[in-house]
Amino acid sequence: MNDITNQSLDEIIKKIKSKEISSVELTKLFIKNIENAKKLNTFVTTAFEQALDNAKKFDDNPNFDQLLPGIPLAVKDLFCTSNIRTTAGSNILNNFVPTYESTVTKNLWDNGAFLLGKLNCDEFAMGSSNETSHFGNVINPVGDKLVPGGSSGGSSSALAADLTPATIGTDTGGSIRQPASFTGTVGLKPTYGLCSRWGIVAFASSLDQAGPMTKTVTDCSLMLEAMSGFDEKDSTSIKKEKEKYSKNLKDNIKGLKIGIPKEYRVNNMPKEIDKLWENGKKILKDLGAKIIDISLPHTKYALPTYYIVAPAEASSNLARYDGVRYGHRSKKGKDLIEMYENTRSEGFGDEVKRRILIGTYVLSSGYYDAYYLKAQKVRQLIKKDFDDNFTKVDAILTPSTPSSAFKIGEKTDNPVSMYLNDIFTVPANLAGLPAIAFPAGLDNKGYPLGLQLIGKVLDEQKILNIAYAFEKNCKFNNEIKKWWV
Amino acid sequence: MVIDKEKIIHVSKLARISLDKKKSEALAKDLSSIFKFIEQLNELNTDKIEPLSSILNEPLRSRQDLISDGKIRDKVLKNSPKKNEEFFVVPKVIE
Repeated sequence: MNDITNQSLDEIIKKIKSKEISSVELTKLFIKNIENAKKLNTFVTTAFEQALDNAKKFDDNPNFDQLLPGIPLAVKDLFCTSNIRTTAGSNILNNFVPTYESTVTKNLWDNGAFLLGKLNCDEFAMGSSNETSHFGNVINPVGDKLVPGGSSGGSSSALAADLTPATIGTDTGGSIRQPASFTGTVGLKPTYGLCSRWGIVAFASSLDQAGPMTKTVTDCSLMLEAMSGFDEKDSTSIKKEKEKYSKNLKDNIKGLKIGIPKEYRVNNMPKEIDKLWENGKKILKDLGAKIIDISLPHTKYALPTYYIVAPAEASSNLARYDGVRYGHRSKKGKDLIEMYENTRSEGFGDEVKRRILIGTYVLSSGYYDAYYLKAQKVRQLIKKDFDDNFTKVDAILTPSTPSSAFKIGEKTDNPVSMYLNDIFTVPANLAGLPAIAFPAGLDNKGYPLGLQLIGKVLDEQKILNIAYAFEKNCKFNNEIKKWWV
Repeated sequence: MVIDKEKIIHVSKLARISLDKKKSEALAKDLSSIFKFIEQLNELNTDKIEPLSSILNEPLRSRQDLISDGKIRDKVLKNSPKKNEEFFVVPKVIE
């Protein structure tokens, strides 16, 4: 049996359908890879036995008409999985076993896939390097001592290291797109409301979205099709017809207008990012797209706005962790209040505490107008920048990160410098827009770099198509040497 | 705005997170630099701007308050660090 774990999800599905490989054989190959990759620290919990059971069930009674027939998938440990521990990378949920399944994972299982295990992430998805996880930092397969990005760092690392054929993450300020770029993979944050948030451990509810992380754009369209859809259980879920992203994927982008926002050319941007962006423009132009210079004047205020809105919502969402109904409870404290205070002090890590305190502060009496209300007004301006420009262009092309993957420990001392990593990804979250990050080249150290396309509300198909055309016409050696085996 | 140790202690009380002296000092330093960063927003005049309350164009849906699951009491209680047969147990709150 050939090892096909390095192939795209789409290729693997073809081999399952042609019976070249069974689901059990495929699952065993991935389990072997996972067992050989402990150094990368990508998995918090594995579900091998259950996965093999499910694979056997599929092989005994296969349904090849499903989108993901007999496909084992590992998912970020932020999705609640029924009867399988779900930690959100936090000590406070160290022993939490959900009684229910998140809608997004249920959608994947209903399309023929099954769970392989739960992937490490920054604690409560708060981080850009996977260094805030209670379960230790994940290593980027691209290079020893490199961060895989965050917060979906376990997902990006496992995908790039062939430990899962595709995966899903969540993106509140860039948590899918930044790690995708750091590992040379594809990541899409859908329009706010396209994928249900039900059963996902909440961080900032007006920004959180689940999305696919894959090796190719075709795989991305398949996974998005499988996971998205209206859900009664999420009051912000958009009611609409389900789209066939994979069937409708096409590479003709002639005549499409691509906006290039001048404000994304930030100070001190490395030359190679600038070069990558120029090259991206050229590739799309050669494919018949029109390149148009645009302005998004409030871009520089996106990150400061995010660091008010996201912590405010997080402080409210994380108020539920009190050590009473589930999760860690402190043994110290003489009364209920002290029990709460000690539980939360022991259960949360430093970055989570930082953000809860920022959030509590900006929402506290006397400060609400100056911070939270102000930020929501600026958020309106940021959204308006996009609305104004989307009358003129079909999509916006930007770099996805201001640098390639950095070293573990390099940015942990300075929270603001860590936050600056999300400078290009945060605006799409604030405006609720779909955005896809895809590999576009390597830097001089040989580390992957990505570009990002931001689309109009619910225009996922168009940004997928543009990225698909780009992918076909931008060839470079993205292969990772398996040094950890 | 400079966030001093006293402010940190006040906010940590509100957030129900106990902090020792060393941690309060470190957090005061971190939060001061973060607030300096977010206060860039004060450069903008937003007097005539409506705050964004939802990024969806339609109002939030409401639903009937119907029971859709149940009979999982034991499973739910199993996650609790301290419980008896039917209840979550917490430190005594009334004498």
